[in-house]
Amino acid sequence: MSVATPAVLENEADAAASVSAVAPKGILRTIVTSKRGASALVYLVLIFLACELAGVLTSGGPNVQNLLAVNQGPSIHHLLGTDELGRDLLTRILYGGRSSLVGIAEALGALLIISIPLGVIAGYVGGLTDRIITRGADLVMSIPVIIILLAVLAIFGHSMTTAMIAFGVLGSAGVTRVVRSAALAARSEAFIDAAKVIGVRRTDIIFRHVLPQCRGVIVVQAALFAAIALGVQTGLTFLSLGPAPPAPTWGGMVADAVSQFYVAPWQLVPSGVVIALTVIAFGVLGDVVRDAIADSHSAGVAGGRHRVRRRPDSPRAGAAPEGALLAATGLSVAVGADSAQTFLIKEVSLHVGFGEALGIVGESGSGKSITMKAIAGLLPAGVAVTEGAVWFEGTELTTGGADAYRSVRGRGVSIVTQEPMRALDPSYRVGRLLADLVRSLDGCTRAQARECAIELLGRVQILDPEDVAQRYPHEISGGMAQRVAIAMALAGKPRLLIADEPTTALDVTVQAEILDLLRRLQQDTGMALILVSHDLGVVSEICDRVCVMYAGEVVEVAQASELFDQPMHPYTRALMSANPGSWQGGQLSTIPGMVPSPQDWPVGCHFAPRCGYATDACVREPIILRQVTATDQARCVRAEVLSAELSRTPTEVRQ
Amino acid sequence: MRGGRRDRVPGFWLMRIVGFRAITAIPLILLVSFIIFALESLVPGNPAETILGQNATPQNVAALDRQLGLNKPLLVGFWNWLDGVLHGHLGTSVISGESVGTLLSARLPVTLSLVVLSVIVSAIVGTALGLASARRGGWVGRLLDVVSLTGLALPSFWVGTMLVAVFAVKIRIFPATGYEAFGQSPTGWIVHLILPVAALSLLGVASVAKQSRDAILSALEADYIAMLRGNGMSEREIMFKHVLRNAAMPIVTVLGVVAIGTLGGTVFVESVFVLPGLGSLATQSTVDHDLPVILGIGLYFTIIVVVINLLVDITYGLLNPRAKTT
Repeated sequence: MSVATPAVLENEADAAASVSAVAPKGILRTIVTSKRGASALVYLVLIFLACELAGVLTSGGPNVQNLLAVNQGPSIHHLLGTDELGRDLLTRILYGGRSSLVGIAEALGALLIISIPLGVIAGYVGGLTDRIITRGADLVMSIPVIIILLAVLAIFGHSMTTAMIAFGVLGSAGVTRVVRSAALAARSEAFIDAAKVIGVRRTDIIFRHVLPQCRGVIVVQAALFAAIALGVQTGLTFLSLGPAPPAPTWGGMVADAVSQFYVAPWQLVPSGVVIALTVIAFGVLGDVVRDAIADSHSAGVAGGRHRVRRRPDSPRAGAAPEGALLAATGLSVAVGADSAQTFLIKEVSLHVGFGEALGIVGESGSGKSITMKAIAGLLPAGVAVTEGAVWFEGTELTTGGADAYRSVRGRGVSIVTQEPMRALDPSYRVGRLLADLVRSLDGCTRAQARECAIELLGRVQILDPEDVAQRYPHEISGGMAQRVAIAMALAGKPRLLIADEPTTALDVTVQAEILDLLRRLQQDTGMALILVSHDLGVVSEICDRVCVMYAGEVVEVAQASELFDQPMHPYTRALMSANPGSWQGGQLSTIPGMVPSPQDWPVGCHFAPRCGYATDACVREPIILRQVTATDQARCVRAEVLSAELSRTPTEVRQ
Repeated sequence: MRGGRRDRVPGFWLMRIVGFRAITAIPLILLVSFIIFALESLVPGNPAETILGQNATPQNVAALDRQLGLNKPLLVGFWNWLDGVLHGHLGTSVISGESVGTLLSARLPVTLSLVVLSVIVSAIVGTALGLASARRGGWVGRLLDVVSLTGLALPSFWVGTMLVAVFAVKIRIFPATGYEAFGQSPTGWIVHLILPVAALSLLGVASVAKQSRDAILSALEADYIAMLRGNGMSEREIMFKHVLRNAAMPIVTVLGVVAIGTLGGTVFVESVFVLPGLGSLATQSTVDHDLPVILGIGLYFTIIVVVINLLVDITYGLLNPRAKTT
């Protein structure tokens, strides 16, 4: 059993993130609507009522002895049996529960009275006040609580009330810190700043805004603390440091049972079970609220741990397209359980030839990153390919399990992820990271791998590779980190490099250098390249062909040269006119509206609601991607008509 | 371990951490002992009378008052005690008249053995369970949920009693109670500690398993893991060199908390298994109202907590390159 106060502290960092997650009125509803929360609450209410009504529910007091019925098992007369003096165990549990519940209440009371005001003040006022309170809390959190409790009990003649209040006081340090983090986060929320500007009084802000925001966190902490307090209370009574012997206590009953163990082992069960159940109930209550807080923050793409499965009847999409190095055919990716699947991309088909550079463009939310992750086999947990196939040099990857990917990763297909500063393991020096990867791919010696790593750093035009190899990722710039990431992708001499928005997170000047590097590497090595970007300009500089995606679908595939002269899909055209770099033919415009989220995709053309050219035919039924010219495809019923028109005038989009 | 690139003095970070902990330890030790000292003055009536009971003679009470420093103002009494501590005198037991320092030093190894072994078991078994559950999910995950729920819910004194019942009474493979020093008999030492450590580490195993599963799952989602996987590093290497390495920080944090909790837990477990450590002495001294001994144990426990925090800080420094260079 833990007597460590900091145990309450489990997730101080979460507290900051969790603010505002549970609406003030939502806590009770959150508990009641979850099966676990409701059962825990019902149990606690029942045990509380039963203990309070012990006098009514049982006949005789907890200390009534019956020497004719000692150490009995459960029976109709004694539902939970009797102890060594023939006292009814059920009666003793109910009466003993009173002191436990009172003890919890005393500890909780002291805890909340101290920690809420101190935490809110520290978080809200900040500055020196905050530092003093936080430092003080840190100090108190290091106090060995149990010894103080024993001292209290020694000095105050086994007064459980004093001990439990002392426990609450000492425990308040950890909770103060958690409440502080929550208050700090609440303070920085935009609407509170607004309240300040309007001139609401400080106390009003605290009571109407900050406190309600912290309520969820406080409930979680209180529930977890109650569980620990019960452990302490029963532990101290087990050591007979609480009320004197005939008085019933749960811990004391365990001690009594131990002494009768050889005669009546059953006696250990009732007290043990009631303690465990009550601790669990408090713990579950805290967990349910905390999970609700956490869920409301991460409720996005990752739909929990549901297993998404490929549909058994899904077509495996025939054979690999001829002449393609890599091809995706009819690829769909979904999130969520079978019954409630949401597609993130739907029937995406694309291919890239040997040594070719393919660009994939689209706004945020178009599904281009998910497509790349699906192709590389790097979808996050809970998201999976449900239909279609990915072919690399004639081998299907999505149904081949981990082995299929293992054989192509690094040497066949390699990747560069979006955020260079997050792409490198912060725990290792850059050189070591690269060398480890080289060794994993080649199985060469340590010295060879090191040499290889330095050479790779030189190939991505890092001027002083020996020096950079000695640095940790946090010691290099974003542009440098992206070069190192590209070096990692080159380690296996891949035939295809997938770069997922490699320049988005970088400064404009560095962007050009990285693009230049990618182009040069592609020319030097003859590897194919898939470049994902939301920037048509970036793609047009490097790529031979461009694939435009919108709301989970490919809407147009065209030769880069033709795409710019003659866009066929209104979305492509809208993207072009929204791009300052690549469009000179008229006023720069933005595309009105937003990419719909996957659950809001229309039945017909996904772009129709934002398209100035949409007709009835566009919204009636799903639109297919079809061959419009010899080389180009578009997912638009009016492609032929519009391509002529679109290349003449700037796009007209519905306002 | 080499210092960071810009950090020219190797090991400088280590000195800084040790220095910081040493400095923060002073107010902590003062605070703990002062709380216990101040409590004495808060007692309604005369503590010496409370300690000696109703049948004490006035002479006895006066003598005890002097021994506890209760005849002097609080701060003077506290100062005298501190002065004694600085000169190596922790006072004498009210009950046995023995020197507190001797009494505690004899019992310290028992408690330290318990805590160190329990923390090691929590770290190894907890991380292994967390790893298994993060990788496999399914029934391993559910088993882990059950283990952590029981670990968190069942009091260690209850679990200890059950362990005695099963392994010492029913199948008689371990002794029920007692202790043998490592120096006397290493096997006797380990045999006597197996059951207490099992009871004491259940909570730690549960906490570490839960925390390490979460830490491993969140480390698995990192971009750099996708980079390594997508560029051909073997799963085994990813798991052991990169995922575990980056999950280690939160695991070490929870291990620190577990170690401190385990130290408190010795009070209960040592009583169940009748181990002659600091915890059982603390319980006995509480019953006896033996304040000098409780004060001494408070000092020992506080120093152990400081050392635990120091070890956690040093491990942070070893794990996180940033802690060394910034």
